[in-house]
Amino acid sequence: MAVATDRDVLYIEIAPTGHRGQYWRDLWHYRELFYFLAWRDILVRYKQTVAGVAWAWIRPAATMVVATTIFGHVARLPSGDAPYPIMVFAGLLPWHLFANALSDSGGSLIGNANLIAKVYFPRLVIPASSIIVGLVDFLIAGVLFLAVTLWYGVALTWRIVMLPWFVLLVLAAALGAGLWLSAVTVRYRDFRFVVPFLVQFGFFLTPVAYNSSAVPLDWRLWHAANPLVGIVDGFRWALLGGAQSLYFPSQVSAVVGVAAMLLSGILYFRRTERSFADVI
Amino acid sequence: MDPAISITALSKRYRINGSNPGDGLRHAINELALAPWRQVRRLAGRPSRSIPPTSTPQEFWALRDVSLDVDEGKVVGIIGRNGAGKTTLLKLVSRITAPTSGFIKLRGRVASLLEVGTGFHPELTGRENVFLNGAILGMKKVEIQRKFDEIVSFAEIGAFLDTPVKRYSTGMYTRLAFSIAAHLESEILLVDEVLAVGDVAFQRKCLGKMNSVARHEGRTVLFVSHNMAAVTQLCDRVVHLEHGQIVRQGVTSTVVGDYFAATSAHGASRHLAGVDEAGRKQPLWFCNVAVLDDEGRENAALRFDAPFRVRLEYEVPEPTSWIEMSVRLLTADGRAVLTTMQSDLAPEVVRQVRHGRYEITIPFPARFLMPGDYVINIASHEPGGGALFELHESVIRFTIEDTGSSFARYGNHQANGLVVMDLPWDERPLSNHSSIAIS
Repeated sequence: MAVATDRDVLYIEIAPTGHRGQYWRDLWHYRELFYFLAWRDILVRYKQTVAGVAWAWIRPAATMVVATTIFGHVARLPSGDAPYPIMVFAGLLPWHLFANALSDSGGSLIGNANLIAKVYFPRLVIPASSIIVGLVDFLIAGVLFLAVTLWYGVALTWRIVMLPWFVLLVLAAALGAGLWLSAVTVRYRDFRFVVPFLVQFGFFLTPVAYNSSAVPLDWRLWHAANPLVGIVDGFRWALLGGAQSLYFPSQVSAVVGVAAMLLSGILYFRRTERSFADVI
Repeated sequence: MDPAISITALSKRYRINGSNPGDGLRHAINELALAPWRQVRRLAGRPSRSIPPTSTPQEFWALRDVSLDVDEGKVVGIIGRNGAGKTTLLKLVSRITAPTSGFIKLRGRVASLLEVGTGFHPELTGRENVFLNGAILGMKKVEIQRKFDEIVSFAEIGAFLDTPVKRYSTGMYTRLAFSIAAHLESEILLVDEVLAVGDVAFQRKCLGKMNSVARHEGRTVLFVSHNMAAVTQLCDRVVHLEHGQIVRQGVTSTVVGDYFAATSAHGASRHLAGVDEAGRKQPLWFCNVAVLDDEGRENAALRFDAPFRVRLEYEVPEPTSWIEMSVRLLTADGRAVLTTMQSDLAPEVVRQVRHGRYEITIPFPARFLMPGDYVINIASHEPGGGALFELHESVIRFTIEDTGSSFARYGNHQANGLVVMDLPWDERPLSNHSSIAIS
């Protein structure tokens, strides 16, 4: 039986204030749990559904049709030089990724309450792993997006190499906000009702169904205060090429805003984490 | 060498009312929301009903100043009544919750088993859940893969491996869950009451597994249980917690014995009406019945491996003879084990003339009654089945605790019989190539 030899005996100290170095070491030790929890969420997501994975296509496709009809044909908003449906779809990709990841990670601690009450592991694993499902849906929707661009004959450009950077930004934004929401929901269940609100308002405050160029110049700076504006613009810039442009303030806002949200989220999470089991 | 677990002045405080500091925000929001309403009431001329200040949260110390060292390879039982702090202690050592003050030092990886099947997902198959649950309990993927076959065969789920666990019976579910936990490779294992589940045969298997984990693999185990049979069988030392503090710790048999004495003194004796004031005529009146442990204390929780006595007090108001008393011992579910009468060994006693108050004690040998719950009936009657003067049914209830019978591993003792006898098995070879080896 493999009992640790002296070389790799692990010393653990438990004190009221916690032990910082130990925490990150534990997080590394539990990296496989991160993978298994994400794997579980993915496996379970489409179990006992008829349409299955197709849901990852149905949602953006339906939204694209509705948004194109209302904003493109009825309101006649500009779309740059890309066809309106593609312009919307390019915005839906990051938006759905953000919205799904945020909802999943925001409710993740409550959803795994019995794990928290019965087993130890760094709690950060839970909200972090729960954003992976959103990422998988994103990749599946991405395939549909490529098909649609082919249909419309829109060619991808070199700018696509920048796409991973923007994907990273979305994930960081969702994780930052998810950490805050999940930690605060452990104590105040009120915040379960906040997430749908955020998602609903965010859809309009972020240029998903319309193009940033439709925003009046006077408002542009205020509009850019929403870090997601820069991210969605970035997606369009990277995917559609041509007339899609990057507005510098919104790019700064995205990077600074996301970094601030993620760092403060981690700090707040770490500070409250030790009492989760007592409160949940 | 340092102890595997070293606990120093450990305390844990909970607040009783409300959901902890959460009240801060809720109270603030309440105040805010109620403010306009109070304005309205005031304008309407109604006296404002002031909101009472929230009482200072009641504190509750689940553990207080507990210090404990556990050496490597030892199995330590933690016993105590509900709410004594046993589970809190395990939660602190396993880092599920943080202490209010004090320190714990651990040498080695810790796995805790506070319930079986934590994190099992009903939609996933048995195979998938083995990996998921293993990872949750801190196992590496390669480790799980290496032990996979062992886990599955220990769990005896065979063909159902690829069925979602929501279709499992409770027994299969529990077996699979325990099997995963039993194959953890941590140096320190924390176990809470998990043996209380599952069927008897599997419980037995689990006890065996726990035993081999501790004895042969040199791992340190903290074991919380109400099952004294399991504690006695598994543990080298026992810690008795009460109200969050250690009452006693030491060698298993001593601490368990004291625990019984402390927790079950009441109920071990029963006062009966005695001579009827109204003057009903009856030749004999019972006054008191009690069961006594081997140290002469009234005690309703008796050790299997120690003798005990039943004591009767009775009164004969007028000189009387031709009277017989009997005591019947039954299982708690009503099966008679034996009946003993005063005249069994002394037939002449029924002819003696008695008058006044008497005490009788009846000794029962050690290692005789099968562990379990029993009741006593007492009666007085004419010898040979004549008139019945007095009968008290189930007048006392007591428990024979399993402090080391060979049946401890099997659970459900009374299904194996009601009395225990140590009978020698005499074996001799019948052919000349028979051989016996002791491994």
